Amino acid sequence: MKEVATNYVPQNWYLLLSTFLFCVGIMGVLFRRNAIIIMMCIELMLNSVNLLLVAFSAYSGNSDGQVFVFFIMVVAAAEVAVGLALLVSIYRNVASTDINVLNKLKW
Amino acid sequence: MVNVTDQILRDSLLITPGMLIPLFPLIGFLINGLFGKYLSKSITGWIASISVLLSFICTFYIFINLPSTGALHIDLFNWISYSTLNISFGFLIDPLTLVMLLVITGVGFLIHLYSIGYMHGDEGFTRFFTHLNLFIFFMMLLVMGSNYLVMFIGWEGVGLCSYLLIGFWFKNDAYNDAAKKAFIMNRIGDLGFLLGMFFMLFNFGSLDYAVVAQKALLLPVGSSILVSITLLLFVGATGKSAQIPLYTWLPDAMAGPTPVSALIHAATMVTAGIYMIVRSNVIYALAPFTLEIVAIVGVATCLFAAIIGLMQNDIKKVLAYSTVSQLGLMFAALGLGAFSSGMFHLVTHAFFKALLFLGSGSVIHALHGEQDIRNMGGLRKYIKVTYITFFIGAIAISGIPPFAGFFSKDEILAKAFEHSKVIWAILSISSMMTAFYMFRLVYLTFFNDFRGTEETKKHIHESSSLMTIPLIVLAGLSIIGGFIGLPSVFGFTHQFQMYLSSVTDASKELMKENIELNHSMEYILIATAVIAAIASILYARFKYFTKKEQPSEDLALVGFEKAVYNKFYVDEMYDTVIVKPLKVLSDLFLVLVDKLIIDLLVNAVAWVVGLSGRMLRLVQTGNTGFYVFAMVFGIIVLFVIRLLI
Repeated sequence: MKEVATNYVPQNWYLLLSTFLFCVGIMGVLFRRNAIIIMMCIELMLNSVNLLLVAFSAYSGNSDGQVFVFFIMVVAAAEVAVGLALLVSIYRNVASTDINVLNKLKW
Repeated sequence: MVNVTDQILRDSLLITPGMLIPLFPLIGFLINGLFGKYLSKSITGWIASISVLLSFICTFYIFINLPSTGALHIDLFNWISYSTLNISFGFLIDPLTLVMLLVITGVGFLIHLYSIGYMHGDEGFTRFFTHLNLFIFFMMLLVMGSNYLVMFIGWEGVGLCSYLLIGFWFKNDAYNDAAKKAFIMNRIGDLGFLLGMFFMLFNFGSLDYAVVAQKALLLPVGSSILVSITLLLFVGATGKSAQIPLYTWLPDAMAGPTPVSALIHAATMVTAGIYMIVRSNVIYALAPFTLEIVAIVGVATCLFAAIIGLMQNDIKKVLAYSTVSQLGLMFAALGLGAFSSGMFHLVTHAFFKALLFLGSGSVIHALHGEQDIRNMGGLRKYIKVTYITFFIGAIAISGIPPFAGFFSKDEILAKAFEHSKVIWAILSISSMMTAFYMFRLVYLTFFNDFRGTEETKKHIHESSSLMTIPLIVLAGLSIIGGFIGLPSVFGFTHQFQMYLSSVTDASKELMKENIELNHSMEYILIATAVIAAIASILYARFKYFTKKEQPSEDLALVGFEKAVYNKFYVDEMYDTVIVKPLKVLSDLFLVLVDKLIIDLLVNAVAWVVGLSGRMLRLVQTGNTGFYVFAMVFGIIVLFVIRLLI
C-alpha cells in the first residue's frame, strides 16, 4: 500500500491539490453570501487538510495521521449537524440564508 | 528542688484566674454590645459592674498568692513569627501589673457602680456601659501585656474608648470636637511610641520587656540608641498622660460624662504613660539624658497646669488641670529615678482624684448639669455626703497628713530635694497652688450662700446611695491609702516600695543614688510642705469664705490673670501655629494637587479609554462577511509575521 502511493503519485501533487482545495474554500467563505455554501466551503478547507494529513501519513509510513483524520471527520460531522441546525433556525426567523441579512449583532 | 516544684504548682493554680481577669470585662462588653438592646437598663449596668468586680476578685486572689518576688507568665499563643522575629501574645503579671490591676478593677468597679446612678435616665445607658467595659478590657491588656506590642494594643484601645466616651453625647458638636482633639493628640504621641518600638525591634530584635532590658544592659550608659528609644516612648507618654506639649486634650476631654472623667481621665488611662516608663525603668535608667527631659517636662507641666488651675471656673476643668499637674508631679518623680514613688503617687492619686471627680459629678447631678462654680455655693447644707467626701479628697490632694496624698507627694518632694533644690522649689510651689485651688473649689462650691437661680435651688438633692457609697469607699481609701507607703523616716518599712522592688531594683542599681537625706532634714521638709499647704488652704478660706470673694467676670480680667484664665492661649497658639497653616496647606493641596494634577490624570485616563472604545466599536459592524474577512486577514498577517521573524 505504501509502495503504491509513493510509486505512482509524487508527494508534491498532494500538497498542491490540498493547497488548491484550501484556497477554493477560503475564496468561497470570503466571497459567497449564502450561508450554506459558506459552510460547504469550510468543509472543503477542513477536508483539504485531511487530505494532506493522510498523504503525509502514507509517505512517512506512520498511521497516526490517518487515525487523526477519522477523528476530524467525526468532529466535523457533529459540527455540521449543529451548524445546519443553526441555519434552519436562522432561516425560520429571517426567511433567508444570506449572511448580509444577519447584521443585527453590532454596536 | 521542693521550692521549684512548689512554685510551678502555685503558678499553674494562678494561671486560670490570670486569664480570667481580662476575660470578664470582654464578656461584659460582648453581652452588652451584642444583646444590650434586648436587656433592660438596670441589668446592663449590673452586668458591666459585676464583670469588673469578678476581675477585681481574680486580681485580689493573685495578689494574695503571688509573692512580691514572683512573676506570672501566661503565653497565650505565638502571634507574629517571621524569620528571627518572634512576638508572642502573652500576659505578664508581676507586682507592678498587680498594683495597676488593683487600681483599675477596684476604682473601676466603684466608678461602674456610681455610673449606674449617674447615668440613670440617659438614653445611651447601655452604650455607656458597653464602652466602659471595653475600656477596662483594653486597659488590662495595656498593663498585663508581656511585651510592648501587646501593651500597644491596649494603648491604642484605651485611646479609642476615650474617644468614644468623650464624644458620648455625640449630638453636641463641641463634644465631638473635644473627642477628635483627644484622639488626634493621642495619635501624635502614639506615633512616637510606634517609632520607639521599631527602634527597639531594629536594635534588639525583640519587644519582650525582659529581653529588651537584658540587651539594653549590654549597651553603654547614655548610648544614642537608648536615648532615642526612650525619648520616642516618652513622646507616647506625653500624649497619653497629657504632658506638655500634648496636654491640651485632657481639659477638653471633660466633655464626657463625669464617671468617664474619673475613670479614664484621672485614675487609669492617663497613668498609662507612668506605667510604661516604670515598666521600662531599666532602659530609662540607662539613658540619663531622657530622664532629665522627663523630669523637666514633668516639673514644667506640674507648675504650668497648676497655675492655669488657679483661675478656672468650671468645676471639672479645675480638676482636669489638677490631674495634668499631678501627672506632671509623677513624671517629675520618674525623671528623678524615683520609679516606685511615681507609682505610689499614681495609686493615691487614683483614689482621691476619682473621689473628687465623682464628687463633682454628684454636685453637677444635684444642680442638673450646672458646672460653673460661680453659680454654686452653700451646697454643704443640701448634699452632706458629697460635701464631706469631697472635702476629704481635697485634703488628701493638698497633702495634709495623714491623708493619702501627703505620703506620696512628700516622698516625691524629698526625692526632688535630694537631686535639685530648684525642682523641689517648683514642685513645692505647685503643691501650694494645688492646695489653694482645691480649697477655692471647696469654698466656692459648698460654703456661703447659693448663687444660682431659685428654680435650681428647689431641686437640689443628695444623690442616690448607688452614687454615695462609692464616694464613701473612695473617701476611706483617700484617708488610709497612704499607709501602704509609710516613709522610713518615721521608722516604718516602706511597704509599697518593698512590694515593687523586684521590678525597680534593676534600675536602682544603675542610678547613682545620692546620699540619703538625714532625718532632721526630712522632718524639716515635711514640716515645710505641711505648713505651706495649710497656709494655702487658709488663704483660700480667707479669700473665698471670709471675704466672700467671687471669681470675676470673664471680661473684667486684665493682664496676667486674663492670660491664665484663657489657659495662656496655648490652644489658640496651637491653632495659629499648627492647625491653621495645616488647613491652608490642605486647601492648597486640594486645589493644586488634588484637583489640578490627580483629577486631571484620572480624567485623562478615563477619556482615553472612552475614546478608544468609541473608535474600536466601529469595527463591530455585524456583517458576517467582514468578520470572516478580518479573520482570514488576521491569519495571513500572523503567517507573514511568522515567516519574517
